[in-house]
Amino acid sequence: MTLLKIDNLQACVGDKPILKGLSLTINPGEIHAIMGPNGAGKSTTGYVLGGRPGYTVTGGSVEFMGQDLMELEPHERAALGLFLGFQYPVEIPGVSFVQFLREAANAQRKGRGEEPYSGGEFLKLAKEKAGLLKMDMDMLKRPVNVGFSGGEKKRAEMVQMGILDPKLAILDETDSGLDIDALRICGEGINSIMRAPDKAVLLITHYQRLLDYVKPDFVHVLAGGRIVKSGGPELALELEEQGYEAVA
Amino acid sequence: MNVELTLPTRKDEDFRYADIEALGTVWPVPGEEIEVAAGQEDTRQVIELGEGAVARHLDIRLEKGAKLDLRVLTAGPGYGRIAIDVRLGEGADFTLGAAQLATGRETLEIVTKVTHAGLNATSSQIVRTVLAGHATGTYLGCIAVERGADGTDAEQSVRAMLLDRTATANARPELEIYADDVKAAHGCAVGELDQQGLFYLMSRGLPPATAKKLMLQAFIAEAFSGAPGEEALDTAALERLETLVETGL
Repeated sequence: MTLLKIDNLQACVGDKPILKGLSLTINPGEIHAIMGPNGAGKSTTGYVLGGRPGYTVTGGSVEFMGQDLMELEPHERAALGLFLGFQYPVEIPGVSFVQFLREAANAQRKGRGEEPYSGGEFLKLAKEKAGLLKMDMDMLKRPVNVGFSGGEKKRAEMVQMGILDPKLAILDETDSGLDIDALRICGEGINSIMRAPDKAVLLITHYQRLLDYVKPDFVHVLAGGRIVKSGGPELALELEEQGYEAVA
Repeated sequence: MNVELTLPTRKDEDFRYADIEALGTVWPVPGEEIEVAAGQEDTRQVIELGEGAVARHLDIRLEKGAKLDLRVLTAGPGYGRIAIDVRLGEGADFTLGAAQLATGRETLEIVTKVTHAGLNATSSQIVRTVLAGHATGTYLGCIAVERGADGTDAEQSVRAMLLDRTATANARPELEIYADDVKAAHGCAVGELDQQGLFYLMSRGLPPATAKKLMLQAFIAEAFSGAPGEEALDTAALERLETLVETGL
């Protein structure tokens, strides 16, 4: 079964059309990368799929796990197995990671008719995933992203992904703001959490460097709100060498 | 003490935003005297969760080196007025942590006058107001530093959160300073829930009401942090926040 099927998607931010006929199909077990110049609509793609308010779909369709994704609220999309990794994770003073993630994980489980995690079970899970991303468990007791460095925020995103265990992760510039070590740790984290026959990843990125760690099966070039070229991993290398203008 | 018998009008600055009609049903309001003797420490809580109208007037005197930790939660009354007069002697310390949570057409207000009458006294006021529907929430707070009350350290932190644009928040922090060596800090803000934060929480699977509740819990947390009986205050507040989130427009 196809995991995600985007067909001729058109979307506006405010009055401004950004996506102008985006089509993309993702099957379980696949890793896709969307690359493209600034302003191509990369982040908009992530936000529209995540259901961010202010992003209006004006045409086309998106099917995820056999359901019309655009009909669902953001939390329903999450419960269905969609995870959006933010380019700029939001700071939320006063709300601790563990508190919110346990509520979030249990809300998702409830939505799927599963038993909620007990406090102990959840902490064990959180500790395991934090360890995977080489993150100190104490950091997860702190308020969401407050006082975190750029790299810590991105690693915390990956810890959340590990805990929530999605079917499809859309990772918006997870590599931006990462130093070389953090890039490797995040890359390995993505592989260990998301490389599975029933899961898929959509990486949104400017650069080849993350793709050295997370090898994509398909690379797409997004320009002017639609995919203008698709290929295998070699396309990313070609882009890196020659630039978007030459290739796309 | 003298009890004021004549019902005030809205021309009276301290009653400018009051629901005078509701106030009339509980007027006159007897003062409740609280004295903390020199060198002693005390804690008090004012929790008003009932419906209808309620008005309280605390008249507090802190002697030399005395300490009082006062927490206020008003969450439920159609009209709720908590007036607090505090007089601090030398080296006395007063802490107020208050939350008022209202929805519908409720009117809640906290009116304080904190007078630093001696040397080196400290006071801290944290007031958090959450308003839904057509509710009105007010904080009128005056810090008075008398002549010679040097070394005063007085703080006011006042924030209101509007869940609906039909709600009204009033805040009037005031300083009257007649001494030279004084530290007085006040901050006052009225805002709405951070939409980006809400989307972030929802994108992780939290239903909108839960996400809002979590953010509001965090918003008022400071008012009760470190209080004796903090958990009971938090629990009572949370219950009301759930109603606010659900009854909002």
